[in-house]
Amino acid sequence: MSIRKTLAAITTATMLTSLAACAAPEKANDTTTESGVDAATATNAEKFGGMDELVKAAQAEGQLNVIALPPDWANYGEIISTFEDKYDIKINSAQPDGASQDEINAAKQNKGKDTAPDVFDLGQSVALANTATFAPYQVKTWDSIPDAYKEADGLWVNDYGGYMAIGYDSAKVPDVTSLADLLKPAYKGSVALNGDPTQAGAAFSGVVMAAIANGGSAGDVAAGVDFFAKLKKANNFLTVDPNSTTIEQGTTPVVIDWDYLGAAAAKNVDTWKTVVPSEAVVAGYYYQAISADAPHPAAARLWQEFLYSDEGQNLWLAGGARPVRGDAMAEAGTIDAELWGALPEVTGTPVIPTNEETEKAGEYLAKNWSKAIS
Amino acid sequence: MSSAQQQSGRPARVGRVGRLLPLVPFLLFVAIFLIVPVVTVAVGAFRDADGAFTTDNLGALTDYAAVKALRGSLVLAGSTALIGAVFGALLAWLIVSAGPDSLLKRLTLAISGVLAQFGGVILAFAWIATIGIQGVVTLALQHITGFNLYGNGWLFSIPGLIVVYTYFQIPLMVIVFAPAIEGLRVQWREAAVSLGATRWQYWRHVAVPLLTPAFLGCALLLFANAFAAYATAAVLVSQGQPIVPLLIRQAITSEVLLGGANVGFALALEMILVVAVVMGAYSLLVRRTSRWLQ
Amino acid sequence: MTTHSSAFKVFRILALLGFAAFFFVPLLSLLDFSTQVPGTAPGRTWDAWTFMVTDERLRSAIIASLLLAVLTVAGMVVLLVPTMIWVRLRVPRASKLVEILCLLPLTIPALVIVVGITNVYSWIYYLLGGSPLTLTFAYIVLVLPYSYRALDSSLAAIDVTTLAEAARSLGAGWLTVIIRIVVPNIWGGVMSAAFISVALVLGEYVFSSLLHFETLPVVMAAIYQSYAQASMAAALASMALVAALLLGLTFLGRRRERKGMS
Repeated sequence: MSIRKTLAAITTATMLTSLAACAAPEKANDTTTESGVDAATATNAEKFGGMDELVKAAQAEGQLNVIALPPDWANYGEIISTFEDKYDIKINSAQPDGASQDEINAAKQNKGKDTAPDVFDLGQSVALANTATFAPYQVKTWDSIPDAYKEADGLWVNDYGGYMAIGYDSAKVPDVTSLADLLKPAYKGSVALNGDPTQAGAAFSGVVMAAIANGGSAGDVAAGVDFFAKLKKANNFLTVDPNSTTIEQGTTPVVIDWDYLGAAAAKNVDTWKTVVPSEAVVAGYYYQAISADAPHPAAARLWQEFLYSDEGQNLWLAGGARPVRGDAMAEAGTIDAELWGALPEVTGTPVIPTNEETEKAGEYLAKNWSKAIS
Repeated sequence: MSSAQQQSGRPARVGRVGRLLPLVPFLLFVAIFLIVPVVTVAVGAFRDADGAFTTDNLGALTDYAAVKALRGSLVLAGSTALIGAVFGALLAWLIVSAGPDSLLKRLTLAISGVLAQFGGVILAFAWIATIGIQGVVTLALQHITGFNLYGNGWLFSIPGLIVVYTYFQIPLMVIVFAPAIEGLRVQWREAAVSLGATRWQYWRHVAVPLLTPAFLGCALLLFANAFAAYATAAVLVSQGQPIVPLLIRQAITSEVLLGGANVGFALALEMILVVAVVMGAYSLLVRRTSRWLQ
Repeated sequence: MTTHSSAFKVFRILALLGFAAFFFVPLLSLLDFSTQVPGTAPGRTWDAWTFMVTDERLRSAIIASLLLAVLTVAGMVVLLVPTMIWVRLRVPRASKLVEILCLLPLTIPALVIVVGITNVYSWIYYLLGGSPLTLTFAYIVLVLPYSYRALDSSLAAIDVTTLAEAARSLGAGWLTVIIRIVVPNIWGGVMSAAFISVALVLGEYVFSSLLHFETLPVVMAAIYQSYAQASMAAALASMALVAALLLGLTFLGRRRERKGMS
């Protein structure tokens, strides 16, 4: 009896598994606006009949779901509240501390629900691996975005970026002029990397920076891994995740991170300085995209228009990030000159790793990172 | 079967189906939310991203990072099981010897019940507040002796996890081991003493041999407990993924290495196997112990 | 009863003090830390404690966690209590199976269940939406072993069959037997199961963080990044609540014992 029942349970379980193995079906959203425009396929504001109509359509939807946008990251807190006030559209910010992959996962899991993310802000590799889930859209300021920073149809557009930098508390450690400095005994137990490079994009770029500084390249990061191994051996490398708290407490007096993130995290520390090492200038941009399954397609498109407007771009700048239209705006005189001038000085040609290089470096890291820092 | 049932006059056949019917919701629930996930893991470990059969995921378990993580997990679980078992047994003995109805015993058991459940995020915070760089104890020691307890941030790697895990391992040991010590009967001791045994001889030849299986069993339980723990480590450690649960996190959330979900399944399967072996050994030892405990 | 040498007594006191320090210093440190002024400024403040009420994100996470605790207890009771009573009364042969299934989550790490549950949850999203309260299902599995033990021991303490037969012979239906007759007699066990479930749910991090729901522990971990004092205050508050619940549980248990003895 008991055995038979167990067998029955196992059979049921197997049946359920095969059932569950296929994910839930999609629900179709009605995305047509009152004026008869299918917002989900609109590729620019004109398809709505102009900006005013787009605003109306977005307000009719009333909400926008964003995901993985930490309020203290690139000034997203202010960007969100400004957008909410300006258009009277409520923004639901999910998993503010999520990672890029979480955004895609959430889109898959929530597909067809009104809680699914409308827009993405992704790291390069995740963005390029998931372009099939994006909806193409070209903002009004499309022409002033350099070609290298956008997909030709507008599936994705780089939004903001920065340079890999070394931030340090000048009250606690000597001035940093190059990466090699960090190996000195003065930096014992002080150097932190923002995350694990096999997991977080910022840390990954930190290793690329170290690689370039030590004769490697974006695709060949062995030299960078060696650098961190040496740093670890010298007892200079901390395995702590740096954040505002650790920076304020002095747990992490030296932080390798994107310049805009380090600066934002250290905003309460007056003695914090940020340098972009001239021997290894690594740039990275985030990828902005609209979800093809956006439950609020018009609001998603209005969000894009807002982000790439002069106002949105300057808001990113206020967070220390370099907006993608920065140079064009500087030329046109629409950029906030004071903030633009205050960005860390960068000399030399920046390296932006290609997708192939990222993949190659990722494979190397998967095999060797754990060994290097043990 | 029972006379009451025969009196109700229901045909036996209908009775049986009727009897089993109320179990359906429970069985269905467990099947969906427990069995299906486990089967998904077991099946997923042998599939690639497209669903085809492969043993590559299991092969990935022999990669340096995976082997290192397994070793780290075994070291962490083993050392905290050992430390927890030794100190937990000591504490259990101290409170049991205070008398069966003493306030000390009742209070300690009650507090242990709370602390053994006290893992996760809160525990990580508590230790950061204690021996982190600005921790209370760190600062006090620095102030008094000049000694830098914080060092190079060992709290955020395996040595730190060992200290932190000990915090819930000792109380767990107290709860599970105290009954075994209480099971030692006064008569046995009196018998030993009346035969001329010293206190030491009683412990050496009677108490310790009797307690050993229970001790080992409880240690195994602690091992499984530490091996499976995730939350505390997830909050404390972000670099290098030194233990299996963190490597699983990396496999399913990395934004650099994509498509690691199936390797995550393989790692999860590895965890099931380790815990299953340990718990199997545990139940064997418990069965041996329970013979004389009652 | 037993006599101890004075050396042993001194050793015991010292050892107990050592244990007390190990267990209470981190909690006191947590309290100390939560009242510090952020940054390196000196002084004391209770701002971090009021932050729990004033911060919308933290507040809604606390509410979500508390609701989850209530729903999990309700779900656990509805699912487990009738099943276990029924098994005792009518299908004792299934008792081993039910026991094994209930204790299974002890041997399967929660992390493993999370890794495998994605497809199940894609159906839940589809059918019920993406509310954090859908975590209830996973949490019921999580509390199964502990609830089972609590209920099982209180069921073992009473003669369910005799009670039920007596009620049946007076014409009571099965539902009445379970709800009106048996449950009041195992009320202590039900309460124990409920308390331990609440304690587990309030601290649960594995499911909520990896399935991306904003429960209290998840938000605490997130807030720690920018405002450590506030997350420590929230941690201590939830710890105190759980401790009160579990200590209350032992108190209840003792009272029950006394009643049983008299």
